[in-house]
Amino acid sequence: MTIDYQALEFAYKKHPDQSCPAPASHRVVVVGAGPVGLTTALDLAQRGVRVVVLDDDCRLSTGSRAICFAKRTLEVWDRLGVGQPMVDKGVSWNVGKVFFRDQEVWRFDLLPEPGHRRPAFINLQQYYVEGFLHEAACAHPLIDLRWKSKVVGVTQRPGGVDLSVETPDGAYALQAEWLVACDGARSPVRKLLGQESHGRVFKDRFLIADVRMTADFPAERWFWFDPPFHPNQSVLLHMQPDNVWRIDFQLGWNADPVEAVKPANVLPRIRALLGADAQFELEWVSVYTFACERMDAFRHGRVVFAGDAAHRVSPFGARGANSGVQDAENLAWKLQAVLDGAAPEALVDSYAAEREQAADENLLNSTRSTDFITPKSAVSRSFRNAVLNLAREHPFARGLVNSGRLSLPTTYAGSPLNTSDADAFAGRLAPGAVALDAPVRDAAGNEAWWLSYLDGRFALALFCGGRAPDGATLAALRQLARGAAPLRIVLVGDGSAPLDAPPDIAVVHDSQGLLAQRYDARPGTCYLLRPDQHVAARRRAFDAAAMAGALARALGHA
Amino acid sequence: MPLTIDSNLPAPDTFYEALIDTHRDLTDAQSAELNAALILLLANHIGDMDVIRDALARARRSVLPDDGAAP
Repeated sequence: MTIDYQALEFAYKKHPDQSCPAPASHRVVVVGAGPVGLTTALDLAQRGVRVVVLDDDCRLSTGSRAICFAKRTLEVWDRLGVGQPMVDKGVSWNVGKVFFRDQEVWRFDLLPEPGHRRPAFINLQQYYVEGFLHEAACAHPLIDLRWKSKVVGVTQRPGGVDLSVETPDGAYALQAEWLVACDGARSPVRKLLGQESHGRVFKDRFLIADVRMTADFPAERWFWFDPPFHPNQSVLLHMQPDNVWRIDFQLGWNADPVEAVKPANVLPRIRALLGADAQFELEWVSVYTFACERMDAFRHGRVVFAGDAAHRVSPFGARGANSGVQDAENLAWKLQAVLDGAAPEALVDSYAAEREQAADENLLNSTRSTDFITPKSAVSRSFRNAVLNLAREHPFARGLVNSGRLSLPTTYAGSPLNTSDADAFAGRLAPGAVALDAPVRDAAGNEAWWLSYLDGRFALALFCGGRAPDGATLAALRQLARGAAPLRIVLVGDGSAPLDAPPDIAVVHDSQGLLAQRYDARPGTCYLLRPDQHVAARRRAFDAAAMAGALARALGHA
Repeated sequence: MPLTIDSNLPAPDTFYEALIDTHRDLTDAQSAELNAALILLLANHIGDMDVIRDALARARRSVLPDDGAAP
């Protein structure tokens, strides 16, 4: 029995807070029960932080909306225990094809190397994503989700925020030590604080259609520039679960958004793509325009903005919801550390710095894609067409084809939380980079994935080769784990011999050698990884003082 | 290596004739796409962003002599 998540309505329930003579006080209030708000709430709750989630509606998303969820997003949800249902339901894909007029000009593979648990992307209607996150949130005793609860007043004061919340039973007051605004592109919280986003609005309109049909297109991303069935515009096709296909038609700025969504106008466009005899049903149709913009600052006192509330990008590249989920994972552990007294409040400033940098990267990529897909001048169109014509036979031109640079996690280069390398390393895992996955074996010899060992605590990974560290090193490692912030020690063997370690130290075997390859590790190499799985520091040999310093720095004590 | 601005083609007239001849019988739109393709091919061959930026700036100044702040 499948649940129709689009049809669910959640009952408003009066909360005892509404009858309190004095405003109830909470540690963290999250505004918005979309993918970003629910991920933030789950991450905080799993860290032992009690969260109130307020949403002004009582339903999940309508239509496929965000649709493409990236490998990194799935890894975040794996850590929160909700990745598997997403992947089980979603359509996994790695391959994209680009067509120009009536010919295929390029095919790319986003995950060309094996040895990763998750695919480059899954396609999944946003209502499933929200449905699975919502189920997990409801099952968590530390999450208090309140529907039909609209924030209508936000006042900052030292050490917290005073909120006014409107409900069917009238308004009530709440206090929060921290308010996380995940309330979408039109963010009421942002308006209540008198803040705005700045950037570029694009003069173009796109028609999105979710179409139910049986079709034999493969599970790939197909992008057409100027196809015969929709001349002078672009079209994007994605496979979704339940035999639902997502088609995005570029319409141009002059299209009438009210007329465009009428079936009489939508059906001919779809028939032009699928053929006159195609059998299909329209599930959902919408017209969108988009902007590339962000708030100047993501933190305002005790109010922190995440997801579309903080930044908006064009849809090409799937950088909207995916970057929002990465906002959530960046923020949750920092709020926990500050609330637990393990870190100074300034650690939250590093959220703003790192995620503003990520937003700039996403904005840059999405603006460049948009300029390629919708040329703004005749000469820009000539270059675009020349690139597409050359791409068939000239490998260099394929690198210029830009139908969307698909979402990848940002490396926080230059973050104040990073400790610079003191030794030479090759490869991609410089401080600030997100940890790469690899297949490993657990201490008992069972197959496992490396990222599952990075469980939301800090992790100190020590590559040991075939021999466990000596007693003094083990003692120094355990000393590090006794600090203010939770930290896990993981010894990485090469599979040649079992590693003896006390039960509070995890042991994993890099039996294929892929982990050492990806981390450019040799026996003795150690990595300090943050709770969000980004690299904080690395050394060729374990040095207790250096790692303690790096840990303090990663907690904002620098 | 800086952008070469002294004569570098052994037979300039032959090059120029070949360039014009390449556009034979094309519409303006086709010529524009051909020029774009040619620029892309040559830029990739040069492969040095400093040289390319210098060429871009000089080309822009050739049509906007006062545009000192050209990209």
